Amino acid sequence: MLLVVLLVSIAVVVVGLVGFVVVTRGSNRREALEPVAISTLDRPSATTTPIDVAVEPSEAIDQTGDLIDDVELPEMATSRVEEAVDERPRLRDRLGKARSAFSGAFASIRGRSKIDESVWDELEEALLRADVGIGPTTELLDAVRVRVMADNIDSTDELLEVVKMEMLRRLDGPVSMPLTANRPNIWLFVGVNGVGKTTTIGKLGRRLTDEGHSIVMAAGDTFRAAAAEQLGEWADRCGAAFVRGAEGGDPSSVIFDGIAHGAAIGADVVLCDTAGRLHTKSNLMEELSKVRRVADKGAGTVTEVLLVLDATTGQNGLVQARQFTEAVELTGVVLTKLDGSAKGGIVFAIASELKIPVKLVGVGETAADLVDFDAHEFVDALFARD
Amino acid sequence: MFETLSDRFDGIFRRLRNQSRLTEADVDEVLREIRVALLEADVNVGVVRTLQGRIRERCVGTDLDGPLTSAQVVIKAVNDELTEALGGETMRITFASKPPTVVLMAGLQGAGKTTTSAKLAKWFRTQGRNPMLVGADLQRPAAVEQLRTLGAQINVPVFSEATDPVSVARAALDEARRTGRDVLICDTAGRLAIDVDMMEQVRQISEVLQPDYTFLVVDAMTGQDAVTVAESFHATLELDGVILTKLDGDARGGAALSVKEVVGRPIAFASTGETLDDFEQFHPDRLAGRILGMGDMLTLIEKAEQAYESDEAEAAAQRLMEGTFTLDDFLDQMQAIKKMGKLSSVIGMLPGIPKEVRDVEIGDKEIGRVEAIIRSMTPAERIEPDLIDTSRRHRIALGSGTQPTDVQALVGQFSQMRKMMQQMGGGTIKKMKKKQSKKKGKGGGRTTPKGSAPLNKAPYMLPGLDPLAEQLAKAGIELPELGQRGL
Repeated sequence: MLLVVLLVSIAVVVVGLVGFVVVTRGSNRREALEPVAISTLDRPSATTTPIDVAVEPSEAIDQTGDLIDDVELPEMATSRVEEAVDERPRLRDRLGKARSAFSGAFASIRGRSKIDESVWDELEEALLRADVGIGPTTELLDAVRVRVMADNIDSTDELLEVVKMEMLRRLDGPVSMPLTANRPNIWLFVGVNGVGKTTTIGKLGRRLTDEGHSIVMAAGDTFRAAAAEQLGEWADRCGAAFVRGAEGGDPSSVIFDGIAHGAAIGADVVLCDTAGRLHTKSNLMEELSKVRRVADKGAGTVTEVLLVLDATTGQNGLVQARQFTEAVELTGVVLTKLDGSAKGGIVFAIASELKIPVKLVGVGETAADLVDFDAHEFVDALFARD
Repeated sequence: MFETLSDRFDGIFRRLRNQSRLTEADVDEVLREIRVALLEADVNVGVVRTLQGRIRERCVGTDLDGPLTSAQVVIKAVNDELTEALGGETMRITFASKPPTVVLMAGLQGAGKTTTSAKLAKWFRTQGRNPMLVGADLQRPAAVEQLRTLGAQINVPVFSEATDPVSVARAALDEARRTGRDVLICDTAGRLAIDVDMMEQVRQISEVLQPDYTFLVVDAMTGQDAVTVAESFHATLELDGVILTKLDGDARGGAALSVKEVVGRPIAFASTGETLDDFEQFHPDRLAGRILGMGDMLTLIEKAEQAYESDEAEAAAQRLMEGTFTLDDFLDQMQAIKKMGKLSSVIGMLPGIPKEVRDVEIGDKEIGRVEAIIRSMTPAERIEPDLIDTSRRHRIALGSGTQPTDVQALVGQFSQMRKMMQQMGGGTIKKMKKKQSKKKGKGGGRTTPKGSAPLNKAPYMLPGLDPLAEQLAKAGIELPELGQRGL
């Protein structure tokens, strides 16, 4: 029974605290924020962490080369890179698995002569299995029902056409990531742990250098063990300049230095890695907002803030997107690991509810396996007849 | 964030109030809501269907005459069903008679295998074992480096070579025998379940190692795909259990339920944070509540037990009930809550806390401000905040680096809180006073800042606390159980 009393007292204290915070927040929030903003102004001089700037790519090789050369699986990985380099795979080719799972359901719907309840159920289940989520699925199917009623649609072929149209409408958004004149362009990559931020930067670095752009990679993940080494190796592979700080150092300062270095060498794009963080950790999200503020203050412009999202992510993906965009104002989503059996349907919810478009899709392990998102291909692939 | 299941049920159950038995139609309506809740928690569509069937069986014809409301009956049934589905008991780890005990970690990319391997090694160390880590992830750049760094942090040797994963595994086994390590934990590269070559590779590793435990590492945020992944890994490797990672986020972890249901292997461990200590054996009952969107009471109680010293808590609770709670007590309580972890997570675990409160974020800084204000008060002011006038308020504000309005707000809030407590504890106080009056004549009035000593230690019922008891029951927690756990 004492425990109950204890819990009550906890509850009371919590309620008291919350009340106090709410009452005083109005006045204090603004005051509290200002000094932070001011203190970031003198960041570069005040907190210059030891950084080794790999001006020459070859230098970076010396540093991390030994280890990585040994550790790599050269036969497998590099051969894949070479064969894939000449031709970027199309999204459709890579969605084989997703297509078959989806089209399985759709093929069976196509076979029906009329649209009855079981057709709707099957459609719903197919969307749910693709992680579209119950809310967006219901909303999508309601919209489809309205169209079906209004247009007197009675064949399942036409029904699926309507579903497709509705899906496309929700996925519509700018995909291109144009470079602006104010160089360097700064691209920030954020996301929860283990979604593939570092790998995405590596692949994108390869792609940008192939297109003839000069790039800098900034290892803003100072938390995870060996994260900087991982990015460093990608920088070597594609000949990008690489800036890192001490492990456990301040990520903002690493990114600021990366941007400064990019400006100094006249780079087109600075790709900034950040440590994976769960969107529920308010202190880490605050750290990320600071990274964004600092990046805004350096030379060049922040043109992209991309949320990297694992295609296997379920309904939590929407929550992630919401929290991250609150902290750093996302410009787009990178959907990774779409070459597995996961279908990444959560991007429907993100695109339709938060209006954040998907820009890139990761469909494999090699550098060339990062392709532009194409809503038509994405949906087409899901609907394709085998 | 999510509506709790009981919120959802409110509308349905209002109609059912006069019924004494749940009909099939009622249950079906309820099941639709449960379906939505489960799908939002990422439970697999197929698994949801079988669960619905079982819940229906449990609920139809249930008597509603008992002390529980119809909502409580259903929620309890659902909760029981989920707990059962998640695997009733915590998995027991035994050790091979001929060391080393070999553990193989497998999973998709980014599930958290490398970090989890290190956490598991640390856990084995606390069990008095001598683990060795093996880095067989030669795929991801710097993965072995990451493992070495983590190994150094927990003082566990890491073995790896620049050959191929299968040879590394073979050599590691010899190395473990040679150096007398009794547990070997093998980290492998992340792989997609549909990647035939890579699955063959991990099968070969498994053949070489002959692991005692093969764990599939699953991200708590995984969606519908969890089932496919678990099935194919199980087909290749014969899993022994699942390790659930990233449970410290707000994902509701329905994937765990799906995996358990499909491969029939228990969830052995759960990883609940970024540091290497945030790792524990898995408790099915807690996740059940979470999947349903109810508070995680048991974890809260456990944390409270650790954070509070029982005498202290007893005394504070007593004063709380009497309505003689002082700012000093408030300060003590705050310290204790701070020990329990981040305030937001504590709030999240409390059942029945309104959404508006839940959504307010309170950082350490803000708690610090409250502390500073209270510490800037004299002892007299802490006991009797009404003493604080304009001049005292200014002094306190200066002393704590805050504004006089902040001080005012805190004092106001505190008085309200005290009033609330008095109301809640009102019934109890009367009862207690009756009991007390026979033994002692003392009715009130405090002489020391910490208040009078607790008078009555015998367990008693607190009728005034019924609102909370109800909340607890709603959350599927039975009060007798609480009593047994005791402080």
